Amino acid sequence: MIEQWFPNVNWDKMWEATGETLYMSAYSTFFTFVFGIALGLLLFLTSPGQLWANKITNVFTGAFVNIFRSIPFIILIILLIPLTKLLFDSMRGPNAALPALIIGAAPFYGRMVLIALQEIDKGVIEAARSMGAKTSTIIFKVLLPESMPALVSGITVTSIALVGYTAMAGVIGAGGLGTLAYLEGFQRSREDVTLMATILVLIIVFIIQFIGDFITKRLDKR
Amino acid sequence: MIQLTNVHKKFQLNRSEIVAVDDVTLAIKEGEIFGVIGYSGAGKSTLIRLLNGLETPTSGSIMIHGQEMTSLQGAGLRNARQKISMIFQHFNLLWSRTVEENIMFPLEIAGVKKSARKQKVKELIDLVGLTGREQAYPSQLSGGQKQRVGIARALANDPEVLLCDEATSALDPETTNAILDLLTDINERLGLTIVLITHEMHVIRKICHRVAVMEAGKVVELGNVLDVFQSPQADITKRFISQVTDSADTDAAMAHLQQESPHGKLIKLAFIGDRTEQPLLAELIRKFPIDVNIVQGNISTTRDGAYGTLVLQLVGDVAVIEEAIAFLDANEVKTEVLIHD
Repeated sequence: MIEQWFPNVNWDKMWEATGETLYMSAYSTFFTFVFGIALGLLLFLTSPGQLWANKITNVFTGAFVNIFRSIPFIILIILLIPLTKLLFDSMRGPNAALPALIIGAAPFYGRMVLIALQEIDKGVIEAARSMGAKTSTIIFKVLLPESMPALVSGITVTSIALVGYTAMAGVIGAGGLGTLAYLEGFQRSREDVTLMATILVLIIVFIIQFIGDFITKRLDKR
Repeated sequence: MIQLTNVHKKFQLNRSEIVAVDDVTLAIKEGEIFGVIGYSGAGKSTLIRLLNGLETPTSGSIMIHGQEMTSLQGAGLRNARQKISMIFQHFNLLWSRTVEENIMFPLEIAGVKKSARKQKVKELIDLVGLTGREQAYPSQLSGGQKQRVGIARALANDPEVLLCDEATSALDPETTNAILDLLTDINERLGLTIVLITHEMHVIRKICHRVAVMEAGKVVELGNVLDVFQSPQADITKRFISQVTDSADTDAAMAHLQQESPHGKLIKLAFIGDRTEQPLLAELIRKFPIDVNIVQGNISTTRDGAYGTLVLQLVGDVAVIEEAIAFLDANEVKTEVLIHD
């Protein structure tokens, strides 16, 4: 039946492309999570009245985040071609998309981290300080655990956006379902291939959303 | 034990300067429960935060156990804070941790070994009466239970001083009393010095030994609770005391009486301790040809004794009334003539 509906789909290629999409999404999500939290923490801690209150660092980090958040992803990929070449010595394959994916998404996620941290009750931070906690203790035992549900739901949204970005990264030959849908489907007028690639992307997105919601719910004891 | 000398704290707010604490000098004795009362904005929150270095004074000296707090920084300050713990109006528990884990937090900060932590937490949970709730999350607890966790957490590192920042202001009256009883118990059992700030005179009356009244950053009155209740000096102190002694209708009742018999004089008597038991009124009526209406009577207990007030209306000849008041004064009952417009 499926063969009938999708006569032009080359399943080996389709699964390979799915694998590449998953690879790019997983790696970029992981690094976005790490760098985004680092950026968010820096923004939060250097803001006025916080532990590392420092106007210059705060303004500088804020500007960096805003600039990279604002550059359209497709342009960012092109701008980052020299960096990618330096890192991977190649512009082809899933790895080539990672720098652009991470640099595009981490500032976006960093903003979400900042918002999540700002939601934390100030009194809890004050309580930790009154107990004689060091800044590192406050970060790892108060700020991150207390904002974890918001951090997870934020990375879920970001991860889904990243799945979309990986499709765009097909432009630079990164592979994945986006490339397949464009080259095999659109350019050769095989609508069934485009449709199948879309269905697979949707399934990936639904699974990410499901996992994200599940973890958020488990973590939230409020 | 705690000595504040000429402490000032100024805040810069949009170019205007706010003086939160204005030249405060006071001494808090070891093992006492010291209350600071004031309306919001009086500077009491800032004052209590100066004691554990959450705020640093603009000038002045803060000595705790012979240690100058203003000279402490970094690790020294963090270690000192472990011995000066704090509880809060909104409890400030970590919602992501269970009761047990919340109480364990200060022990983790102090670097206590895991086995010792478990043991200590168990003792503290028993002490504050939360046995059986170890694995509950704060969201599953009532306000009173949350404050018990806050108290257990504050006691984890065997502090010498406990600072209470409006610790009962978010609780209902019954729970407030239970928490105040717990604080009294801790004060007596552990010999802990407690400094509390509040806007409720009830809290001061129930558990404090001494009280400082704050207004606009200054300490306007300071003394033993019973003395302050007996003869308040500042207007603001009188207002705070009327919180616990006057009922809401008294004013209306007095105004009414004054209208009914404009020749009468309203007076308020204050008794302390034994004098509440003397048949003073009977003697008053026998001695002077006047009518006496009892408008309102009230007795309240402080830690160190009972304190009563009685509002009377004396009707009769003006000269005789003056004599009657002189008689009351002579009997060492504090008499205040209330004037109503």
